[in-house]
Amino acid sequence: MIRVELPAHLRTLARVDREVQLEVEGAATQRSVLDALEARYPVLRGAIRDHVTQQRRPFLRFFACQEDLSHEPPDAPLPDEVVSGKEPFLIIGAIAGG
Amino acid sequence: MSGVRVLVGTRKGAFVLTSDGKRERWDVNGPFLGGWEIYHLKGSPADPNRIYASQSSGWFGQQIQRSNDGGKTWEPVGNKFVYDGIPGTHQWYDGTPHPWEFKRVWHLEPSLGDPDTVYAGVEDAAIFRTTDGGQTWQELSALRGHGTGPRWSPGAGGMCLHTILIDPSKPDRMFIAISAAGAFRTDDAGKTWRPINRGLRSEHIPDPTAEIGHCVHRIAMHRSRPDVLFMQKHWDVMRSNDGGESWKEVSGNLPTDFGFPIDVHAHEPETIYVVPIKSDSEHYPPEGKLRVYRSRTGGNEWEALTKGLPQRDCYVNVLRDAMAVDSLDKCGVYFGTTGGQVYASADAGNNWAPIVRDLPAVVSVEVQTLP
Repeated sequence: MIRVELPAHLRTLARVDREVQLEVEGAATQRSVLDALEARYPVLRGAIRDHVTQQRRPFLRFFACQEDLSHEPPDAPLPDEVVSGKEPFLIIGAIAGG
Repeated sequence: MSGVRVLVGTRKGAFVLTSDGKRERWDVNGPFLGGWEIYHLKGSPADPNRIYASQSSGWFGQQIQRSNDGGKTWEPVGNKFVYDGIPGTHQWYDGTPHPWEFKRVWHLEPSLGDPDTVYAGVEDAAIFRTTDGGQTWQELSALRGHGTGPRWSPGAGGMCLHTILIDPSKPDRMFIAISAAGAFRTDDAGKTWRPINRGLRSEHIPDPTAEIGHCVHRIAMHRSRPDVLFMQKHWDVMRSNDGGESWKEVSGNLPTDFGFPIDVHAHEPETIYVVPIKSDSEHYPPEGKLRVYRSRTGGNEWEALTKGLPQRDCYVNVLRDAMAVDSLDKCGVYFGTTGGQVYASADAGNNWAPIVRDLPAVVSVEVQTLP
């Protein structure tokens, strides 16, 4: 079970009020977790990754286990603590005011 | 008794303002979609309870929301806006080629007859259409691909397609406008387009009378006379009597002919409204006085409308999609400001009062006249 924490606006959009728990088939990577997240909540398609390029939107970052994973390859394995559900995978809106 | 619903898009959410036909007392509902930029909301003429909203964010991109109950509740629909083919480049501010990139939807124009068909004007400039109530969007790519696209460039707000006018007498004819490319017309429902900018003069482009490159801020028409168009250009208020084939300036005695919105009285096709703004480097009213100017002669002769509007120390702007009229008698006129006020006049502009004063910066105002 992978735990995913969304920023407030995406929780509102997906109509969830707490962290999301996902079953991910195969290796747990950024790509497979986001694929599973978007399959559960189609409204998030395009809100985290570009529809076409599948690139992370520039004002979003991915953190886990006190590490910034934003620039890791999308198919790199996530930390064991995330895979085991001990730690959440954090999707963070960059602090940019507004 | 008839009523009015004012749809207000702001930098931090949508608001729905309602009143009966007297337009004296108002209910303010919202924010809906709070915290997101709502560039535009518009209801379907065929089903007024069907309203579409453009919701966007620099963090999370574009969403389209749809309401089926007059704006009380909202549901997200499709947000996939993908250019047809390889988008290529347009000009950047310095004239260098820049890749076409989708940023947001500026304007939603529901079809006159079908609540499920809507046109979307987007940045970087293109027009999309849905025929399934917003679930899927397809580009009408002949506009972007007709040949001049590589020479279009952005205005200060981005390279946006901000105006879509559907001709009620010829369903296949539409007018659109892009900052800073100019105005374009299709006569075959978007299969082909051509620039309609003859008579415009813009000093910010190397050839001031070029076919394209003009920073058109807004176009308006009266539905009874769709060949007569009124334009607020970056500088200059213009008029066309021939469906955009040619334009002539009608700025007349305006204190400044820079501004953003322009609109037409619901029952008097020669009565038009603008909000003069001091200059393109000072986006606020001249002399700190917020004045709507009205012409009852289709341009050239203008009168200042000031009763109820701040006449000192006012430095707000009124953006291009932030003025609208209702179709009651007398015609109501509405506009919103970057200071968060929404002003209404229930007598065609003679007297004004704020409906609400302290919203987030207002980006768009649309009005629905309800039976």
